[in-house]
Amino acid sequence: MSKALEMDRASAVMAYDYDVMKEDFAHAGSASSDIKKKCREIGLDKEIIRRIAVMTYEAEINIVIHSEGGVITVMLMSDRIEIWAVDKGPGIEDVELAMTAGYSTAKTSAREMGFGAGMGLPNMKKCCDEFVIESAKGESTRIKMVIRL
Amino acid sequence: MQIGTLVELLGGKIIVGEQYSDKKIDFAFSSDLMSDVLAFVSEHAQDCVLLTGLTNNQVIRTAEMLDLSAIVFVRGKCPPMEVVELAEENDMVLISTPHTLYATSGILYGQGLEGVPL
Repeated sequence: MSKALEMDRASAVMAYDYDVMKEDFAHAGSASSDIKKKCREIGLDKEIIRRIAVMTYEAEINIVIHSEGGVITVMLMSDRIEIWAVDKGPGIEDVELAMTAGYSTAKTSAREMGFGAGMGLPNMKKCCDEFVIESAKGESTRIKMVIRL
Repeated sequence: MQIGTLVELLGGKIIVGEQYSDKKIDFAFSSDLMSDVLAFVSEHAQDCVLLTGLTNNQVIRTAEMLDLSAIVFVRGKCPPMEVVELAEENDMVLISTPHTLYATSGILYGQGLEGVPL
């Protein structure tokens, strides 16, 4: 499948990558925690920081729960912040269904941690100004989220 | 409502964050689903206490992302040490109460502590 989503890394003033491991519940959230601290250092608005924190955390949890592992990339551009969550598969068969609030395929291990309520993707979409998801069964899932500054 | 008052009403104890017991909170949210906390609490997080039966580190991470400052663990639960340490790093107050989630919510609601507006 050709990838419609292309990351424009060259336009970023700053870019950070965070590896997220499959089923690593013990460290899930540490990438988002670091991202939040960096946003504070840059001096971003409090409400924007909170939106970024929720988006990155939900993305991080999704990678831990559902994927073979992946990377979260945060890029500071001149007029916006882009957050990318790209995993190694196994892909989403029905993206539209996955975007429905309350729909979840999470296993018991995820539910025991307080996740798998089927709110992750809708939450991420709600927090950003632009949300694009690209996935298919057997492919990697690529999510691009934009917050305009 | 001051956190100290809330602890008294719940017959609870502060696990960590005693120094913040003067802090005032205006809202509460009861849930074991962290995605629901992330979805519904956002705007009022700083003035909100989370009531939950979950005691793992994802509860603290969720609170951290939202700047939630206080968490009450119901049914007499006390989180493991690494969870308490993570909360301490993030300047949070952790409280334990012997009451159930239902009773805890009822006691605080009855004393005028409102739920977060949706």
